[in-house]
Amino acid sequence: MSWAWVEVKPNENDLMHPGHLACQGCGATIAARLALKVFGKNAVFVIPASCWSVIDGAWPQHALQIPVFHTAFETAAIAATGIRAALDMKGRHDVHVVAWAGDGGTFDIGLQALSGAAERNENIIYITYDNEAYMNTGIQRSSSTPLGAWTTTTPDERPEDRPKKNMMEILAAHRVPYAATASIAYPDDFIRKLKKATQIKGFRFIHVFSPCPPGWKMASNLSVRVARMAVETKVFPLYEIEDGEVYTITHWPRGLPVEEYFKLQGRFKPVLKDPERLAYVQRYIETQWERLVRLHEASHGYLPEEARATIRSAI
Amino acid sequence: MKLIEKSQYTVLKGNYAVAYGVKLARVEVISAYPITPQTTISEKLADMTATGELKARFITVESEHSAISAVIASSLAGARSFTATASQGLALMHEMLHWATGARAPVVMVNVNRALAPSWNIWTEQTDSLAQRDTGWLQIYNESNQEVLDTTILAFKIAERVYLPTMVVLDAFILSHTSEPVEIYPQELVDEFLPPYEHPNAINFDDPRAIGAFARPDYYMEFRYNIQKAHEEALRVFKEETELFAEMFGRKYDTVEEFMLDDADYVLVLAGSTATTAKYAVAQLRERGEKVGVMRIKLFRPFPVEDVRRVLSGRKKVAVIDRNLSFGHSGIFYMETKAAMYGAKDRPPIFGYVAGLGGRDIRPQDIIDIYEDMKRREEPENIIWKGVRV
Repeated sequence: MSWAWVEVKPNENDLMHPGHLACQGCGATIAARLALKVFGKNAVFVIPASCWSVIDGAWPQHALQIPVFHTAFETAAIAATGIRAALDMKGRHDVHVVAWAGDGGTFDIGLQALSGAAERNENIIYITYDNEAYMNTGIQRSSSTPLGAWTTTTPDERPEDRPKKNMMEILAAHRVPYAATASIAYPDDFIRKLKKATQIKGFRFIHVFSPCPPGWKMASNLSVRVARMAVETKVFPLYEIEDGEVYTITHWPRGLPVEEYFKLQGRFKPVLKDPERLAYVQRYIETQWERLVRLHEASHGYLPEEARATIRSAI
Repeated sequence: MKLIEKSQYTVLKGNYAVAYGVKLARVEVISAYPITPQTTISEKLADMTATGELKARFITVESEHSAISAVIASSLAGARSFTATASQGLALMHEMLHWATGARAPVVMVNVNRALAPSWNIWTEQTDSLAQRDTGWLQIYNESNQEVLDTTILAFKIAERVYLPTMVVLDAFILSHTSEPVEIYPQELVDEFLPPYEHPNAINFDDPRAIGAFARPDYYMEFRYNIQKAHEEALRVFKEETELFAEMFGRKYDTVEEFMLDDADYVLVLAGSTATTAKYAVAQLRERGEKVGVMRIKLFRPFPVEDVRRVLSGRKKVAVIDRNLSFGHSGIFYMETKAAMYGAKDRPPIFGYVAGLGGRDIRPQDIIDIYEDMKRREEPENIIWKGVRV
């Protein structure tokens, strides 16, 4: 066995340099790299306890070429608020303050501070990179863990029996100016939403789907494919909500059966072996999707042709 | 006409004295959550920021945990930052109190000493702030509303010289909601004393660093060492700044205050507004020829070991009166005083009294009783209860 050392030089235009500490195939890392392409140098990332507390690097090194402010697990939204307040007092209105939090820090422990900042319409961008469990501590369930999934605290004998918490609806209920879902498998859609967010004032929320190869029990080269299948099976629809009222589906999925998404990952093995359970999950996905399509239709007054094919029952 | 002669004299409750101190310090970001008996600080500051009397952003958060998290962040983004709380609110902040120290955020917080629940109790007791002893915050206790205003200004100066968070502590109701005459200094004079805030490691877009990044065992310990060194430095800085404050504003504070101690055989040790009651009682005892005085602890962290030894060594007996309790051991000022005296020359016996928990009155006669009880006793005891029904 022989080793080859390869010197990796950072791309001058890339604000995320090599040498970060993410696992191979980490969706959260792809998400950050894409986001920085939009934000540029005039942004600060506020990172609560999460995989990204580690990914950026151990002191005295860090991979991002923008300031990073690490903070406690439940404080991403409020720390970002504090930084925004200080920068506003100093007249730095030209910079973006970005909370960059995992699903645990957003859906669970950080929800209170997030709600406060959203309700006050703080002028920050909050991005949650969602890998659907507490991955940094070794794959424990969060309220983002989807129906049927294995984690170390929802073992095969008792897989997750509650649906994923709907964060977008929670944000919509706060009537924030902008909330969107995004996926690392659809970079054009993600980047368009990031750009839109930078042009809006007030509280902006982006929920980006970020596969985790070790946590989802899959090969590290499958991250993008799995993320794409989540969208095409309607498990994770791509849409945005403006002012908590106007719903717009930004990508019309092919409407593949959920097995196509599940079978790429080891975490859904128990549900794949249980036809009754699988049918239940599929029904749940259809109900949620139809609900979302109706909200789109109510917002715009019509549905595009491609919408029809995604609906199993006639609407 | 000297600047100091432009001072305004008024009558203020302790909480309003805090607000005027904050205003004179030109604080830029404030965040707080309502809790009795702190609330009137927030209300006054909300007024001041709404009218533009104080140019600051007031963030009305959904919890004390968020209040402290906001000001840690704003402090490290380059803005002078302030919060205030009490009791349950301070306990909720606990995690972030450690964070403020580790991140070297020189925020100033006022804590209005209030008892912890259950039973619900809004009255004064020092256990809330003293329970935060090991979070690395500087802690400064106060006896009067003037001292509260002065210490709020001083706290920013000291905190921003050593990059450590600082807690200014006053008693619920006895100070917070009681009116006293207070001198409000001219802004120009406070500006001379307290320069604009700068932090060398604040968020800087031209020098993008990671603030608060994780450190492995090969670096972490040095960060902790530096915090301890900063505390040792803070003791010197406290002395320097209180001297300068005395020169500029005419009021002299020290780590400990000595009252009628020159020839005293017996010393009563305490902190906070109870010191006023103790001084009154001691003056009466002096009239009876008793050789007794008061040592009031003002600076609790860093603990002024040398000053405590200098004052207490060679006395006949010392009584520490604690309006607080560390269950399973003793009053907290008592254990700290005893620890400071260990190894000191001519160490007197030290008696621990616990009194006034949950706002129960400590009257002059109680102080006299404690003094007489101490004189009678041979062997020191860790907890001698005063005024408890058993």
